[in-house]
Amino acid sequence: MRPFEQALHHGVENPLLRVARLDWPLFVAVLLVAGLGLLVLYSASGGDLGLVKRQSLRLLLGLGLLLAVAQVPADRLRLWSPWIYSAGLLLLVWVDVAGVIGKGAQRWLDLGVIRFQPSEIMKLGVPMMVAWYFADRPLPPRLRELAVAALMVVVPAALIARQPDLGTAVLVGAAGVFVIFLAGVGWRLIAALGALGLGAAPVLWHFMHDYQRRRVLTLLDPESDPMGAGYHIIQSEIAIGSGGLYGKGWTNGTQSQLDFLPERSTDFIFAVFGEEFGFLGVLALLVLYGFIVLRGLYIATQAQDTYARLLAGALSLSFFVYCFVNMGMVSGILPVVGVPLPLISYGGTSMVTLMTAFGMLMSIHSHRRLLAR
Amino acid sequence: MPATPPEELKNPAEERALFRARAGVAAALVVAALAGVAGRAAYLQIHKYQHFATRSQDNRVRVVAVPPPRGLIYDRNGVAVAVNLPSYRLELTPSEVGRRMDAARWNALLDRLSQWVEIPEADRGRFHRERLRKRPFQPITLRFNLSDEEVARFAVHQYAFPGVQVVARLGRHYPRAGATVHSVGYVGRISEKELQALEEPQNYSGSSHIGKTGVEKYHEALLHGRAGLQHVEINAQGRVLRVLDEEPPEPGADLLLSLDMGLQAVAEQALGAHTGAVVAIEPSTGDVLALVSKPTYDPNAFVNGISAQAYRALLTDPDRPLFNRALAGRYPPGSTIKPFMGLAGLQMGVITPEKTIWAGPYFKLPNSKRKYRDWKRGGHGKVNLHKSIVQSCDVYFYDLAYRMGIDRIHDFLSAFGFGHRLGIDATGESPGLLPSRSWKQGARGVAWFPGDTVNVGIGQGFLLATPLQLASAAATIATRGKRFRPRLVRAVRRPGSSEFEPLAPEPLPPVVLRDPVYWDVIVEAMKDVTRKRNGTAWRIGRDAPYTIAAKTGTAQVFGLKENQKYDPSKLHRRLHDHALFIAFAPAEDPQIAVAVVVEHGGHGGSAAGPVARAVMDYHLLGRLPAPAAPAGEAVVARR
Repeated sequence: MRPFEQALHHGVENPLLRVARLDWPLFVAVLLVAGLGLLVLYSASGGDLGLVKRQSLRLLLGLGLLLAVAQVPADRLRLWSPWIYSAGLLLLVWVDVAGVIGKGAQRWLDLGVIRFQPSEIMKLGVPMMVAWYFADRPLPPRLRELAVAALMVVVPAALIARQPDLGTAVLVGAAGVFVIFLAGVGWRLIAALGALGLGAAPVLWHFMHDYQRRRVLTLLDPESDPMGAGYHIIQSEIAIGSGGLYGKGWTNGTQSQLDFLPERSTDFIFAVFGEEFGFLGVLALLVLYGFIVLRGLYIATQAQDTYARLLAGALSLSFFVYCFVNMGMVSGILPVVGVPLPLISYGGTSMVTLMTAFGMLMSIHSHRRLLAR
Repeated sequence: MPATPPEELKNPAEERALFRARAGVAAALVVAALAGVAGRAAYLQIHKYQHFATRSQDNRVRVVAVPPPRGLIYDRNGVAVAVNLPSYRLELTPSEVGRRMDAARWNALLDRLSQWVEIPEADRGRFHRERLRKRPFQPITLRFNLSDEEVARFAVHQYAFPGVQVVARLGRHYPRAGATVHSVGYVGRISEKELQALEEPQNYSGSSHIGKTGVEKYHEALLHGRAGLQHVEINAQGRVLRVLDEEPPEPGADLLLSLDMGLQAVAEQALGAHTGAVVAIEPSTGDVLALVSKPTYDPNAFVNGISAQAYRALLTDPDRPLFNRALAGRYPPGSTIKPFMGLAGLQMGVITPEKTIWAGPYFKLPNSKRKYRDWKRGGHGKVNLHKSIVQSCDVYFYDLAYRMGIDRIHDFLSAFGFGHRLGIDATGESPGLLPSRSWKQGARGVAWFPGDTVNVGIGQGFLLATPLQLASAAATIATRGKRFRPRLVRAVRRPGSSEFEPLAPEPLPPVVLRDPVYWDVIVEAMKDVTRKRNGTAWRIGRDAPYTIAAKTGTAQVFGLKENQKYDPSKLHRRLHDHALFIAFAPAEDPQIAVAVVVEHGGHGGSAAGPVARAVMDYHLLGRLPAPAAPAGEAVVARR
């Protein structure tokens, strides 16, 4: 028996794990990052304990959600997949028709009591749906199946892009594409699609909003408009760079404490982290994130059916994409898109999605049948 | 369950292997991407650390100039004439008032405030303009110069007005108001033009005011001091959070004036309701003891900007209070020029002290019918130089001037400072006008006529002098030719020093005569002006416990036709003659030289003389002269 299978058996013996259905390494890593997040948030908010308290409460609720989702067997998730996807799709159409204007874009759905973004559902709904579609089909998929899967991805992504929320559209699309990639689509097709994508770039540019084009141009040369579009990226690079090897120390970041850094408790919190904890801190965070992603991929390889495998893999890679897009944007290698840093940025919406995804991963890992089907 | 059944059977083992391969590729990509982020972080945080550390420092630290306190100005006895007083302003910081404010709410707030501190419409308009322009955390001044009562009233109700506070700032104040406005001058807000003209604008980056006139302007460099620097930490909005380190400002130097405010007050009072000027100089130093120009105005109104209405009133006042008569007033010196003309004649050998002429009722140029009349209808008869000065004989000086010629007169008078700025340490000094052949050709485009010279002989015609020049020239006779630059500041107390450091008097090129005895000839004549019963200022000197050397003068404002008779009762007051008087005393050891101009005062001896006497009495005896003799005594009007 391989070592991990031994560990597996031990795991099942463990009564606590059986009850909680948690993957401890993953859970501990998530807790570590979230704890680090609260610490940075305290500093980034300028010592606003109320804000940290609110975020802690969300974290607790999120952990509760994680625990709850972990109890749902993967098979049941699979059965729910088309319904969740369809509901999400309907809501997206509804938003398109009747969504309220918020922040200049139609993203929010006002349900009277709460306002929420249906696009957030699709971050989970799309990979679930595509995984469900491939679950009982032989893999690698054939061209016709690929077309169907692609449609499942493109329709909601296009609806979200119309809001317009290009960032989320890309993330939702990526989640679906990861499933297709993991399902084993041929390399030649991937290469062809890649070439097509490059060729389509100018067309895409043509359909972009002005602010989106500006963001891309700003990435190429932030100093061209230092007080306008380039301000965010210049200030965040100054913050990270001035942190040096060891950082300025917790709550001592001048860029963040003196308000030079915009959105420092939300999208740009990574710059606060880099400024106060330095390169060593950034490395530590990257290791933690890397561990979470790789652990998720490992869970996926250990899953026993196609649906669980594809979903676990896609969720892990989605998590990675969130991390990468945010850190890439804040450190100036990707254009500015409104993507929070997972588990660290202040805010509740992404917390719900993330914790649900981790719950699914835990469920997949803890509900394995000991015998392969 | 899928809607359509699988057409082929799945191969779990193969799919699993395929998935593992794909997951492996993904994991590799993930690690590579994270390594990319790490590489980017290393580039920013290690490779370019210095660059970003510097930029971060530049971001947060700003250098702020701290204005130095302006030097104080005292009179020669230590009486403060320019001080820095805390003046109270009512300031409002919008960000501390509330977030959701609009014009209506602001107005409501101002209305509530007006219950305790009145906020005029003009200040309200300024508030609304600044509110839209400034950042919300920058305080806006609602009112300048609150009275003590207003400060107290607001203090009681301050709790009801968060974000509104009374702030004390140092502001320039002139306790003697009008008494010093024509000498000390005043400061005002720095204008854009002044800022551009500054040699070291950074030294003024914290200052709001600059010397505009007088000593305040002339000695700006001494008075201003050096701005200090503060390195302050700021946030992204530019708000100062704390002071990191500080280089304190160096205060401006304090000045001790040569002016005696007591003497100044005496001179002002002696002028009474007349407009005019008084300049008193200490002959041995050039110290200006009094510098009066009447009417005066309040310099304090100009410090924070005078209202347009008040300024217009000053500008259109027919008495022209803004005009500095002592330094810039150009008057025909009239007969006060005669002692200098006499000296010129002696120096050039055109006359001797003994030589006499027959002075009839008028003087005529050869081959001309034009009569230059003497003020005394019948003429003075046989006169020498002494008698001509004592009785102020015109014909003698018509003749003398004609014989010397304008060029020689010009050169000699020039040595006394006529026609030049003397270089007093204030602003607005006029050079007067010392005419010459070339001047008239250039300025008027007309040749010089001998008749022009004749008029200059009695201080009329083109010759114009300022009261300062007359006082300085009188002091030059008093010192027998030694000259000093007239000065308003006699000592400076530099920052860090507790003592005033006296400034050495600045000598000017002296007047040297062929024979020093000539000085005595003229001084004796000037003494007899006040000593002899037939002297033109006999009334001024008769009860003085010291000897006064003086000369009276009357300057025509209104040109009379050749045969017209001057009759003040038929002329408007503004066309009345100016009364002039120059003097120094005690004649044997001169302590003070005075020049007085009483505009439209009439006769020099009776209108200007008493003013000079009051000034000399106060300076030499420390008291004012006894009340004037009863008017019953018949006095012949003398010029």
